[in-house]
Amino acid sequence: MKENEQNTRRDFILDMVRATGIAALGGFMWSAYVDEVTASTLLLRPPAALKEEDFLRTCIKCGLCVEACPYDTLMLATAGDNKPIGTPYFVPRDIPCYMCPDIPCVPVCPTGALDESSVTKDSILDVNTIDMGVAVIDDNSCISFWGIQCDACYRACPLLGEAIAIKYEKNDRTGKHAFLKPVVVNDVCTGCGMCEKACVTEKAAIFVLPREVAEGRAGNYYIKGWDKEDEKRLENASSIKTTTEISKRSAMDSLNDGLEDLYE
Amino acid sequence: MSLSRREFLKSSAAASAAATMGMAVPAELEAAASKAEKEWRWDKAACRFCGTGCGIMMATKNGKIVAVKGDPAAPVNRGLNCIKGYFNAKIMYGADRLTQPLLRVGSDGKFDKHGKFVAISWKRAFDEMEIHIKKALKHAGPEGVGVFASGQYTVMEGYAAQKMMKGGFRSNAIDPNARHCMASAVVGFYQTFGIDEPSGCYDDIELTDTIVSWGSNMAEMHPILWSRVTDRKLSDPKRVKVINMSTYTHRTSDLADIEIIFSPNTDLALWNYIAREIVYNNPESIDWDFVKKHIVFAASPVNIGYGMRRDNEKSIKGGKYTDLEMETVSQEMKHTVSAKEAPALKPYGYKEGDVMVNKPAGLKHWEIDFAEYKKFLDPYTLDYVANISKGDPDEDINEYKKKLKELADLYIEKGRKVVSFWTMGMNQHTRGTWVNTLAYNVHFLLNKQAKPGYGAFSLTGQPSACGTAREVGTFCHRLPADMMVKNPKHRKIVENRWKIPEGTLNPVGNQHIMKIHRDIEDGVIKFAWVNVCNPYQDTASATHWIKAAREMDNFIVTSDGYPGISAKVSDLILPSAMIYEKWGAYGNAERRTQHWRQQVIPVGDSMSDTWQWVELSKRFTVGDVWGAQALRGKNKDGSKKSLPDVRKKAYAMGYNDDTTMYEILFANKEAKSYKIDMNAFPQKGFDNSECNGDSRNVVGSEGTVFTGYGFMIHEYLFEEYASFGRGHAHDLADFTTYHRVRGLKWPVVDGKETQWRFNSMYDPYAAKETKKSGNSHAFYGGLAKALTQGDLMGIKDKKKKGLKNKAKIFARPYMDPPEMPDKKYDTWLCTGRVLEHWHSGTMTMRVPELYRAVPEALCYMHPADAKAKDLKQGALCWVESRRGKVKARVETRGRNRTPKGLVFVPWFDEKIFINKVCADYTCPQSKQTDFKKCAVRIYPA
Repeated sequence: MKENEQNTRRDFILDMVRATGIAALGGFMWSAYVDEVTASTLLLRPPAALKEEDFLRTCIKCGLCVEACPYDTLMLATAGDNKPIGTPYFVPRDIPCYMCPDIPCVPVCPTGALDESSVTKDSILDVNTIDMGVAVIDDNSCISFWGIQCDACYRACPLLGEAIAIKYEKNDRTGKHAFLKPVVVNDVCTGCGMCEKACVTEKAAIFVLPREVAEGRAGNYYIKGWDKEDEKRLENASSIKTTTEISKRSAMDSLNDGLEDLYE
Repeated sequence: MSLSRREFLKSSAAASAAATMGMAVPAELEAAASKAEKEWRWDKAACRFCGTGCGIMMATKNGKIVAVKGDPAAPVNRGLNCIKGYFNAKIMYGADRLTQPLLRVGSDGKFDKHGKFVAISWKRAFDEMEIHIKKALKHAGPEGVGVFASGQYTVMEGYAAQKMMKGGFRSNAIDPNARHCMASAVVGFYQTFGIDEPSGCYDDIELTDTIVSWGSNMAEMHPILWSRVTDRKLSDPKRVKVINMSTYTHRTSDLADIEIIFSPNTDLALWNYIAREIVYNNPESIDWDFVKKHIVFAASPVNIGYGMRRDNEKSIKGGKYTDLEMETVSQEMKHTVSAKEAPALKPYGYKEGDVMVNKPAGLKHWEIDFAEYKKFLDPYTLDYVANISKGDPDEDINEYKKKLKELADLYIEKGRKVVSFWTMGMNQHTRGTWVNTLAYNVHFLLNKQAKPGYGAFSLTGQPSACGTAREVGTFCHRLPADMMVKNPKHRKIVENRWKIPEGTLNPVGNQHIMKIHRDIEDGVIKFAWVNVCNPYQDTASATHWIKAAREMDNFIVTSDGYPGISAKVSDLILPSAMIYEKWGAYGNAERRTQHWRQQVIPVGDSMSDTWQWVELSKRFTVGDVWGAQALRGKNKDGSKKSLPDVRKKAYAMGYNDDTTMYEILFANKEAKSYKIDMNAFPQKGFDNSECNGDSRNVVGSEGTVFTGYGFMIHEYLFEEYASFGRGHAHDLADFTTYHRVRGLKWPVVDGKETQWRFNSMYDPYAAKETKKSGNSHAFYGGLAKALTQGDLMGIKDKKKKGLKNKAKIFARPYMDPPEMPDKKYDTWLCTGRVLEHWHSGTMTMRVPELYRAVPEALCYMHPADAKAKDLKQGALCWVESRRGKVKARVETRGRNRTPKGLVFVPWFDEKIFINKVCADYTCPQSKQTDFKKCAVRIYPA
């Protein structure tokens, strides 16, 4: 009974959102849409979503992924959300992605905006390969870094010990306790947000950001000599012509400049 | 202890205690506490939650607690907390806090068992209690009035409750929820040492080389101690070894060098395997000098049943148990010896297929010689033990054997310090007492007990399981300071101290917590009062007890801060002041007693449990309760058991028929000598709702504004209680000292606390006993210290031999639990806790952050089992036993990883009511329920 009610309510909301989505496409609120595109770089998309730009181009705002989600995690952006209207997203602090092994939200996507092949390994769906974002810890507000025995994020992590590991450190202040500090392993973290949901601080001290936003990038022109794995990055390495203030002019031009500055 | 010595203590204890701890008296903190600092005030307290006993500071602002901090001066935690402790400031302010007494009434306003709850006055509440207690007493005598007591009572609450129950109502039917959590440890202590509570202390962690955790997820259940273990491991990673012994992988495995996943109940075999390795394969490791001086060997019957109901009990005969339930209950009478346990039972004359006829044997045991003990150990070869104990079907047997051998080698290694910690895994066990004693065996043989960095150490779950349940003695069979109701000398000591007539106390103390439930179901107990616990959620076979409470003619009262399942099942609910709304004291697992002052005025009209007991005592007079009282059963001469009429003796003591229990037990001359002094420490500047009333002007039990008792009742209750232990190896410091220091580990003698008991170098009582002999130890506990002689099969010489200052090594075999997975119920169910929630969740499920972190209990299972049972991760499944079923979400990932064939479901969540599924079989000696194993089937919901 209750489930039915919930379904009906969700259907109603979906219908409403679809309607606004269509209206928006008709140019009715186009200006708002443009603002929302810029805001969308901070949005967390469903599993297997294409890169944001491609995703926005491919998603037809049908809401099938939202309907397929058994946890009500996914929502469609509505007008005034300051998000691209009608597109699916989730807010892990409210409802995280619970990482269903069969990833029901992905195969239902009719356009490939959610790309099944990106979460398929050896022709089997593998939820651990999804990449919705990456968890980031603010070690100032994370109470584990104060020495409190918390680690709620670690225990909530579906890839416990892999995506969030514990770093043990002596607590010199007390002389007999240890810090058990959570550390996110970026490569493994799927961005499901169960850690963010579980975090006990008032505003979560661990939170998921889109990977593009959260991560820096070391170039492929330096490889860690102590790490065999790092050789992989060579695949993308190529020589790059470099330009700086000093090198932007051709050698001939700079050589033929006057010499006065050098000896006057 | 003489008066002058007490006076001496009062003046010097604080300073000298602090000095022995190597700390300065925290003067600046003291000053901060006594004067309001800007708008807030900091004052010390103890954490509300587990048995670790962390010290905290509470900040109070405008009459409410607004913040908490770990107390940097507290030796246990040095300013740190776990996340439950982190939220101490929030636990009292849940939106649905109970604020008024509530009674089920009908349309006519009268009590109606089937009515709805309406708010009533305190006076009406006590009127109803008085009526129903009198009815219950008339119906079944003192055995008809029961109390579900608690390891979360303050010391004073537990003492007040016990005094009124045992001294007033002459009922021993008061037993704490602590029965469910460490009764097996207690009986283990009694049988082994003759006295309760651990010999070591937490300092062992910093001093040891090896930490073996047996059936204890310390990482989640004792997080601050775990961070000390972690620090120890970090200090010397090569030398220090951590071993986790469990039936499934949990967070304690994270740090472990060795993880041993064993099959439920086979910890018995594992301990005996280690002992066999010592005795058979490494005899040179036995410290014979120590063993000869300090140890005797002992045996006890094995056909003792499993603490279930027997077939002559009323509810069994009356058909209240289904055929399915009876499949398990029938084991209580007869048990067929299995192939698994047959080798272990061979020395006792049993073979596979034999029918073992079970008989209640109580705590009986007798002395045997070493040769007999050696014979008993013979079956526990590596092959046998590895075969029956390997808990993960996917693990290679040879790998497993290698780990068992490594485990034994670590214990045996000369010079290697070893601490064995355990909690519920070993205590909640149908052979819980046995497995506790087996732990000491190994430590004793190697002389690795009761020395700095060495020892088998039972950790407690509840904040005052030690301080209140055990030390105060709020068990059906106990009195303060390890005295027993069945011992006439002990009863006399208590009667004298309480100034009640000789013969008042009831010598029959058998209504343990399961018996109270069963007596309600049998219609014997017609009045039961729930104090600081949630017995209708926390007891196994829960459906029976709830049905009995709701559908039979009885009156159930629950005192609580929040509406949990017990409140809901009750007829009357009393709003209780919560921890920092009253003066109190807790005692932790390392014998550390910690006091705090009332920080704030209670919410609504709630009042402390002490107050509730004292107010109730006003309703009962000498004439009401001290006449002759009928008991169940017959004496040896065939006469009906009863309690004598002690009224004449009472008159001789100056009481008359109308003297109230209040005047005798609580507001007597001695009590009134403890003065209110609002100008002096520690009372100055602090509320005291019981003694002075408070600004709420609560209309009390007499229908008038309660203005206080006019004397310092908290100090009186504490000092009178403490007087039982002083001079008897349970010495506590005085009330005021505890308000100055960060707790002290008893015995506190000459102002000094004791780190290692029974050790002549550290324990003044042991030093006294060994003055002449020069022995290193004296196991001076006095209980069961004279034994008859015999062999494994029984007593051969009834003459008792004394064993002064000695401890015992017990021969106790591996046996199967009464219920094991079979074709239909093919999976083991284990229950337990999670770090985020405390017990039944009445407090922590009301802290939004903790609720958000873990909103529901999950069914942790192996992914392959889930697949085989057609269950998806996150799907709902039924967990069904012979007793009942619950629906829970499947979790194949995360913090707990079970081997195939076992599931784990925590019990904090009243929506996932797992105790409907669990069985109420207990250790027949300790009466502690085994919540850790029963057989279930799992299928999609």
